Amino acid sequence: MYVAVKGGEKAIEASHRLLDSARRGDPGVPELSTRQIAEQLGLAVDRVMAEGSLHDRELAALAIKQAQGDLIEAVFLLRAYRTTLPRLGNSEPVDTGRMAIRRRISATFKDLPGGQILGPTYDYTHRLLDFRLADEGGSRDRNPAPEAERGPAAEEPVPRVVDILGREGLIEEESAPETGGAPPADITREPLRFPADRDARLQALARGDEGFLLALGYSTQRGFSNNHPFAGEIRYGAVAVEIVPEELGFAIEIGEIEVTEVQMVNQFTGNARTPPQFTRGYGLVFGHQERKAMSMALVDRALRCAELDEAPASPAQDEEFVLYHSDNVEASGFVQHLKLPHYVDFQSELELLRKLRAEFEDPPAEAAE
Amino acid sequence: MPTSTGTDPETAARQRWMAVLAKAEDGALEAAWDGLADRPGYRCLRPPETGLVMVRGRAGGTGSAFNMGEMSATRCAVQLEGGQVGIAYVAGRSARHAELAAAFDALLQQPGLRERLEETVIAPLEASQRARRERERANADRSRVEFFTMVRGQD
Repeated sequence: MYVAVKGGEKAIEASHRLLDSARRGDPGVPELSTRQIAEQLGLAVDRVMAEGSLHDRELAALAIKQAQGDLIEAVFLLRAYRTTLPRLGNSEPVDTGRMAIRRRISATFKDLPGGQILGPTYDYTHRLLDFRLADEGGSRDRNPAPEAERGPAAEEPVPRVVDILGREGLIEEESAPETGGAPPADITREPLRFPADRDARLQALARGDEGFLLALGYSTQRGFSNNHPFAGEIRYGAVAVEIVPEELGFAIEIGEIEVTEVQMVNQFTGNARTPPQFTRGYGLVFGHQERKAMSMALVDRALRCAELDEAPASPAQDEEFVLYHSDNVEASGFVQHLKLPHYVDFQSELELLRKLRAEFEDPPAEAAE
Repeated sequence: MPTSTGTDPETAARQRWMAVLAKAEDGALEAAWDGLADRPGYRCLRPPETGLVMVRGRAGGTGSAFNMGEMSATRCAVQLEGGQVGIAYVAGRSARHAELAAAFDALLQQPGLRERLEETVIAPLEASQRARRERERANADRSRVEFFTMVRGQD
C-alpha cells in the first residue's frame, strides 16, 4: 500500500539552499572555475569520465564542482546527462599500437623496442607532503615541465610487449578480430546476460568502480585465484578516434582522447588442448588511470577462468558477483535508497514483531503441550 | 589521419583535411574563417547536433572489439549557396566548431578553391598540430630511461 505524504517541499527547498552554501564554502575564498578543475585536478576528471562512461573533460569538471568533489556523485551526474544525448555512432576500435605515447613501461623486459618512458608518474615520488604547494603561487617556478633541449629522436614504432612474446608463440593469441560479424555487446542498451562474453565483461570493467576492482585485483594476488601476473606493459597517451558516418562511407578522425592500456602477462600451465604458455589480462580506460587499468586487467584474467578450464573458486572469478556489483552508480543507488521513507513497510514489520512477541510471552494452549 | 585509408586519393585528401579541421582549436577555425577574402553564404542542412560516439577498443589491443565508453561529439551538415555540401563530426560539444568545420569541408571540395585553402588554412593548422605532437613526444622522451650496467670485479 502506498500512502502519499505531503509536507516536505519547504524543507527540501531549504536543504537545496544549504547545499549551495555548503558547496560554495567561505565566500571570502575565490570560487573554483571548472577550467581550474579540468587543468589542476586532471586525475579526478579522468576517473569521473571513465566511471561515468562519458569522455568530456569540461562536463566531468562541472560534475566534480557540482558534487563538491564527491567523485561517485559526479559519476552519477555524468551518467544522468548522457541519457539526454542521442548516439551519433560507434567508433572504429582505437589503435593503441599507434598511440602518441606519454608514458610506457614494462616490468618484464628491461630493454625493449621503443624504450621505457616514465612520463608523469607518482611512482618515484617520496610521498612526503610538499608544503610549497600550500603557498599560493608556490608551485609556479619549481619543476617546470622539461623542455627537450636535444631535438626529438626520430619517431620510432613502439611495438606491444605482448606481440614480442607472440612472435615466439609463448603467449596465447588474442581472439581474431571479427569480420563483419555481430557488433560487440553494449550493456548500456542490453542488460547483462550470464555467462557473459568477454566484450560485455570488458565494457563493464572499463566503467566499473576503481575501488571495487582494485580490491578484487588485490584479492587475486593474495591467493584468491592463481594469476601470477606480470605487468607486461603499461602505456598512456593519446589515440585517434575514428568513425565511419553512413553519409560518407569512409573513416574520418573526429579527435584524440587519452587512454591508459595495461597488458598483464600471466602464468598458465596448459591443459589438455593447450600447451603451457602465458595468458593475457587486458585493461583499457579513459585518461591516465594506471591503478584502475591494472585492476581491470587482473580481474579480466580472473574472469577468463571458464575459458581456460580453471575451477572458479574465488570471488574475482565469479562473473555474476563481479559484474553485478562493479557499477558504483547502481551500488550507490541501492545502498542509499535505504534513506527513503519505508514508514509503511516498517509499520507492518513492527506489527508482526509485536504479534510474535505476544505469542512468545503468552503461548497459545496447544503449542505449550 | 585515419588509419583506414586505402581509398582513392580524393577520399584520402578529404579524410586528411577533415581530421585537421576536427582537431583544430575553436579560435583557430574562427580566425581562419574571418580571414577568408570572400566568405560564402551557406545554410545548415543539419544544424549542429551534439550527441555521443561509443568508443571501441580491442581485447588485448588486437583482438575482438568491445565498447569502452562514450565521448561527446557534435555533427553538422551545411550547403553552400553554390550547392556544395560539407559535413563535420568533431569531438566535444562546440556547435560553432562543427559548423565551421562543415563549411570548410564544403569549400575544400571545390577544385577552384582547394589549393588556396590547403595552403592558407589546412597546412598551417596541420603544422601547428604536428608541432604540438612533436613537442609532447620530445618532452615525454626526456623521461626515457637510459639503462647502464656497472661492471665490477674485473681486471
